[in-house]
Amino acid sequence: MLQVGLAHYLTVAAILFTTGVFGIFLNRKNVIIILMSVELMLLAVNLNLVAFSSHLGDLVGQVFTMFVLTVAAAEAAIGLAIVVVFFRNKGTIAVEEISQMRG
Amino acid sequence: MIPAIMFYVFAALAVAGGVMVISARNPVHSVLFLIMVFFNAAGLFLLLGAEFLAMVLVIVYVGAVAVLFLFVVMMLDINFLKFREGFLQYLPIGALVGLVLLVELVMVFGSWAFAPEIAAGLAAPTPDAQTMNNTEALGRVLYTQYLYLFQAAGVILLVAMIGTILLTLRQRPGVRKQVVADQLARSAKDTLEVRKIPSGGGI
Repeated sequence: MLQVGLAHYLTVAAILFTTGVFGIFLNRKNVIIILMSVELMLLAVNLNLVAFSSHLGDLVGQVFTMFVLTVAAAEAAIGLAIVVVFFRNKGTIAVEEISQMRG
Repeated sequence: MIPAIMFYVFAALAVAGGVMVISARNPVHSVLFLIMVFFNAAGLFLLLGAEFLAMVLVIVYVGAVAVLFLFVVMMLDINFLKFREGFLQYLPIGALVGLVLLVELVMVFGSWAFAPEIAAGLAAPTPDAQTMNNTEALGRVLYTQYLYLFQAAGVILLVAMIGTILLTLRQRPGVRKQVVADQLARSAKDTLEVRKIPSGGGI
């Protein structure tokens, strides 16, 4: 119990990832919360990478975490910009309303 | 002993924050709980010996991403309570999917093992913490083996920056703006005229 190993970190990451997936289902209408859930999932992946990196003594996991962090930041910026533009044009951000490209 | 206690504190707070992110009524509270999750994840990173990433997580995620979320949530004038309608409608399917995912992940955790030859195949072994700190070791790997990927990450950020500016930039009609070139191009003879007024005659 008091010996914290790799499995403990992987469990925390799994719970966080599941929380993120669950959040997408739960807040299906609010695109901002969906983006936050995606951030949670990426954070869980980062936690996995760092846990393995630390456990194996291999730095590559931390390098990859940096790249995941970069992509997550870019994704958040672009996603929120799209949300702002959509709100400017439509006056709402409800996910159901985002169906213009449907044939 | 103390690291184990800290682990459980950080882990419990991170998970609790994650649950609050997806269940808070007010999106502003969601963002604040997201910040809490990031801080606790940074604590977990510290416990794992990844000090540089812990600080990057605080700076990039809390300082940039979460504040960006906060700005957007506060700037958009939306009745967020309307989104809560049908909140429970998707609860069963979401719980089912989440449960299946969690069971699958736990099953994976129970049944894997490291290959015995993995110690010989490390791509970038972590140097001894006594001789080199985490930041220096990470930099030595990042700027040599992963230089091109690092540059590509910079390009991704540049593209994201340009794309964001392009998306949100708009020319609003009817806004009077200072045009410096026009101001500098004016000369005195375009705008000023010296008239000789005869005394007593009026204009």
